Amino acid sequence: MRGIDFMPGRRSIENVLFVVVVVLMGAVVENTYILQVMTFIGINTLLALGLNMLMGYAGQVSLGHGAFYGLGAYGTAVLSGTYGLSPWLALVCAVTLAVAVAWVVGRPTLKLSGYYLGMGTLGFGMIVHILFREAGTVTGGASGFVGIPMLGVGTFVFEGGRSYFYLVWAVVFGTILICRRIIASKTGRALAAIHGRENAAIALGVDAHSVKLTIFMFSAALGAVAGFLYAHFVLFISPDSFGFMASIKMVTMVVIGGMASVWGAVLGAAVITLLPEVLHGFADYEMIVFGAILMGVMIFMPQGLTRGLLDQYERYRKKRAE
Amino acid sequence: MNAIEKKGRNELLLKGQEGGKGQNDPLLKVQGLTKNFGGVKAQDEVSFEVETGGVMGLIGPNGAGKTTLFNMITGVYTPDRGDIVFNGQAITTLPVHKRVARGITRTFQNVALFAGMTVLENVMVGMHVRLAGGFWSSVIRPPSFVRQEGESREKALELLEFTGLADYAHRPAGDLPVGRQKMAEIARALASDPLLMLLDEPAAGLNRVETSALGSLIDRIKERGTTLMLVEHDMGLTMEVSDKVLVLDQGVVIALDTPRKIMNDPVVMEAYLGVDSQ
Amino acid sequence: MADLLQYFFSGITQGSIYAVVAIGLSMLYRSTELINFAHGEFAMFGALGLVTLWGHLHLPLPLAFVLTVAGVACVGMVFERFALRPVKDPNPITLVIITVGASIVFRGVAMKVWGKDPVALPPFSNLESIEIAGAVIVPQSLYIVGAALVLAGTLHLFFRYTIQGKAMTACAVNKKAAWLTGIPYERMGLFAVLISAVSGAVAGIFIAPVTMNTYDMGTMLGLKGFCAAMIGGLGSLWGAFAGGILLGVLESLGAGLISSGAKDAIAFVLLLLILYLCPGGLFAQKSAERF
Repeated sequence: MRGIDFMPGRRSIENVLFVVVVVLMGAVVENTYILQVMTFIGINTLLALGLNMLMGYAGQVSLGHGAFYGLGAYGTAVLSGTYGLSPWLALVCAVTLAVAVAWVVGRPTLKLSGYYLGMGTLGFGMIVHILFREAGTVTGGASGFVGIPMLGVGTFVFEGGRSYFYLVWAVVFGTILICRRIIASKTGRALAAIHGRENAAIALGVDAHSVKLTIFMFSAALGAVAGFLYAHFVLFISPDSFGFMASIKMVTMVVIGGMASVWGAVLGAAVITLLPEVLHGFADYEMIVFGAILMGVMIFMPQGLTRGLLDQYERYRKKRAE
Repeated sequence: MNAIEKKGRNELLLKGQEGGKGQNDPLLKVQGLTKNFGGVKAQDEVSFEVETGGVMGLIGPNGAGKTTLFNMITGVYTPDRGDIVFNGQAITTLPVHKRVARGITRTFQNVALFAGMTVLENVMVGMHVRLAGGFWSSVIRPPSFVRQEGESREKALELLEFTGLADYAHRPAGDLPVGRQKMAEIARALASDPLLMLLDEPAAGLNRVETSALGSLIDRIKERGTTLMLVEHDMGLTMEVSDKVLVLDQGVVIALDTPRKIMNDPVVMEAYLGVDSQ
Repeated sequence: MADLLQYFFSGITQGSIYAVVAIGLSMLYRSTELINFAHGEFAMFGALGLVTLWGHLHLPLPLAFVLTVAGVACVGMVFERFALRPVKDPNPITLVIITVGASIVFRGVAMKVWGKDPVALPPFSNLESIEIAGAVIVPQSLYIVGAALVLAGTLHLFFRYTIQGKAMTACAVNKKAAWLTGIPYERMGLFAVLISAVSGAVAGIFIAPVTMNTYDMGTMLGLKGFCAAMIGGLGSLWGAFAGGILLGVLESLGAGLISSGAKDAIAFVLLLLILYLCPGGLFAQKSAERF
C-alpha cells in the first residue's frame, strides 16, 4: 500500500479538479438519462467509499453490505413515506439504525477472521434481505415500496435531474474529504497497521477490535446514506436491490478500483454502473461479463485496476528508458 | 518535553508508585508461570524478577520456551497458572494492547514491520497509545489534534535519529535491509516511551558490524531509562550488554545470575551441550 | 401428528440434498483449504444437464447420469485450471471473490443455454408413494437419501483406505510436508475439485425430479450447503452429512410451524450462531482456526 503521508499540495489540486469536473458535467450535460446514470455512479461511489475503508484500509471483507444500503433506503421509505416524517429526520434515524445494527452485528463478527468473517457478513446480509422481503406490512414485501417522497429544502424540491446530480456529488465530495482525513491520521495509521500485521499492531497498543468495529460502523453509515439518496431518487424500492448480488457488486467496485484508493472507488463505481449500459444490446451476457471481470481482476490484478494499470504503465516507462 | 512525552515513562512510574510499588521493588515480577500446549509443558513454574533500569538477557537452547515467556509477559498467551506483576500492578489477564499503555512493548523474532508503510509511519504507529483522540478527532480535526500530529511526527523523527535511521524515514519499511529493519522495529517499540522493552532475537541475521551497533544502541536505550529484556542466541552480545542473565531449558529456569557466573556454570553448559562438558 | 411427521420426512429429504452439497464443499475445504462459492453451480449443471440429456434427448437414465457427471467434471477441471491455479496470492478474500465471480459466470452461461424458465422432470421411477402414519414419502426422496448415504460412505472409504485419499488428507494437514514426501500437490488440488464437482453434479441429478430446475437454483443451494457444512464442522465428512440433515429438518419444521417465508432465514441464523458460539462446528474436528 502506498505511503499515506499527508501532502497538502497535491490534495488541493485533486480537490479543485474534482469540483470543477463535477460542476462542468452538471452544467453541460443536457440529456436527462445521462445525468441519471451519472447520479447513480455517485450513489455507488458512496457505497464503494464506505466498503473501501473497510476492505482496503482495515482489511476486513464484508459480503453483506447490501443490508446497510437497504436499511438506509427502507428506513427513509418507511419513516418519510408511511409515517410522513421529514426525510432529513428520516435520514438521521436511518443512519443511526444502520450504525446500531453494525455495532450489534460487528462486535461478535469482527472477532472472526478470513473466511469466517466473510461468512458472518454474508449470513447477516441474507437475513436482512429476507427480512425486507417478508415484512410485507412494513416494507411492502417482494413487490416493493411505492410512494417515497422527494427531497426538499424549503420550497426547493430535489427532483431527479440536475439538482439531484449536484446533491449526490456534493455528498460524495464531502465523504471523500472525510475519508482522507481518517486515512491521514492516527486512526488511519492504526487501520493500515491492522491490515498489514494485526498482531504487531496489537502489540503496539492498537485496540484492533475497537478500530475495526468503528470503521465497520462508518462504512455502514455511508451505506445507509447511499440508500437514503437512492430511495429519494428512484421513489420506488424493492428488496432485490439490496440482496446478495448488490453486496457482491459493491465488493466488485472496491476490487476493481483497487482497495485502499479513494479515487479507485469512483472508478470502480463508474465501471459497475456503466457496465449494464455498455452491454445494452447484450443484456443476456451481462452476468457472464460481470463475473469474468470480477475473476479476471482478482486473479491477475488483485491490487485493483488503478494500481494494476499504473504498475503496467511504470513498467512500460522503465522499458522505454532502457 | 512535548505533550506526548509527558504521558510516557515518568507518568507511568508515578502511577506505579501510587499503586504501591516501592522504590526498590522490581519492575517486573513473574511468579510460578506455567503453560501447557496440548501435552507439552512450555513453561513450568517459572519465577524471576527484573530490576528497574537493567538489562536482562534470556538464553537457553532451542525450544526452551523463551518466546513463550515473552508472549506471556506481553499477554499473547495467558498462563495456566502463575502471576505477573508489573510496575506494582497485576497484569496476568490484561489484554495485549492494554499492556502497552502500561509500559510494555516488544519486537518480534521475524521482523514485524508494516512493510507497506514508511519507516516514519511505522514509528508513529508505535506512539498510538500516547496519542489522544480517535475516530471523531480524526474527522473533525480540532487544533489540539492537529498539533499532536505535528508533535508525533517530530518525535518519530527524533527516534529515527536516535537509532541512526533518519535517512530512511520516508522509505517503505519493507525496502530496508534486514539490519536496518531491526533497528526500525526497535525505534517503533520505543515510540511509546515504555518502561520495559522486550527484544526477541534482535541480532538474528545481523553481521558483526551491525551487531556491534545494536549493542551500543541497547546501551543508549538503557541510559534513557528503559528497562530491557532480550532473548538472544548471540552469546557475545548477550554477555556484553546484560546485567543479569536468565537461563531457560525446557520451560524451567535453570539459572539466573550475572553473565560471568553464567558463562562458567556447568549446569548451563550441560543444557546447551547435552553432556557433561568436562 | 401426521403433519409433524410429514414435516420431518420432507425435512430429511431436503436435508439429504443439503448433505450431498455440504459434503462436496466440506471435502474440498478439507483437501485444499478452499471454500468454493461456485459449488452450488455444479449441482445446477448436474440438474440442467439431466434435463437436457434425459428430459429432452431421452437418453437412458444411467447413460444420462454418467454423461452429465462427466460434463460437470470437465467444468470442474476448467475451473480449477483457469480460475484457481493461476492465483498468485491465495488469501481468503481473493479466493472468495474469485469463486463468487465464477458462480456468476456459470449462472450467466446457464441462463444463455437453458433460458430463464424453470423446467420440471419426472421422477426416476414410477413406484407408488409410501405412506407411514398419515405422512407420505415419495420414492424419489428415498433415492435422494440413498444417494447421500452412498456418497458419504464412498468418500469415507476413499479417504480412509486408499492411497489417494490419504494423500489428499496429508496435503490438507501440511502442504509442505506432503510435497516433500513426493505427493504431487497440484494434482491433488485438481482431484479435490473433481470430487467436489462430481458430488455437486450427483446432488443436482437426484434433486432434479423434485425441484423447479433453473439457472439460478444453485445459489441458495450452495449457500445453504455451506451453512450445513459449517454446522457440522468444515472438513468433517459425517459432520457435513449430519449438518445437512439437521438443517433440512429444522427448515421444514420452521416452514411448517412458523412461516414459509422465514424458512430461508433459518440456515443463515444457524450459520451465525455456529460462527459465534462454536466455529469448529457441532462435530468439531481438529483446530478450527486454520484460516
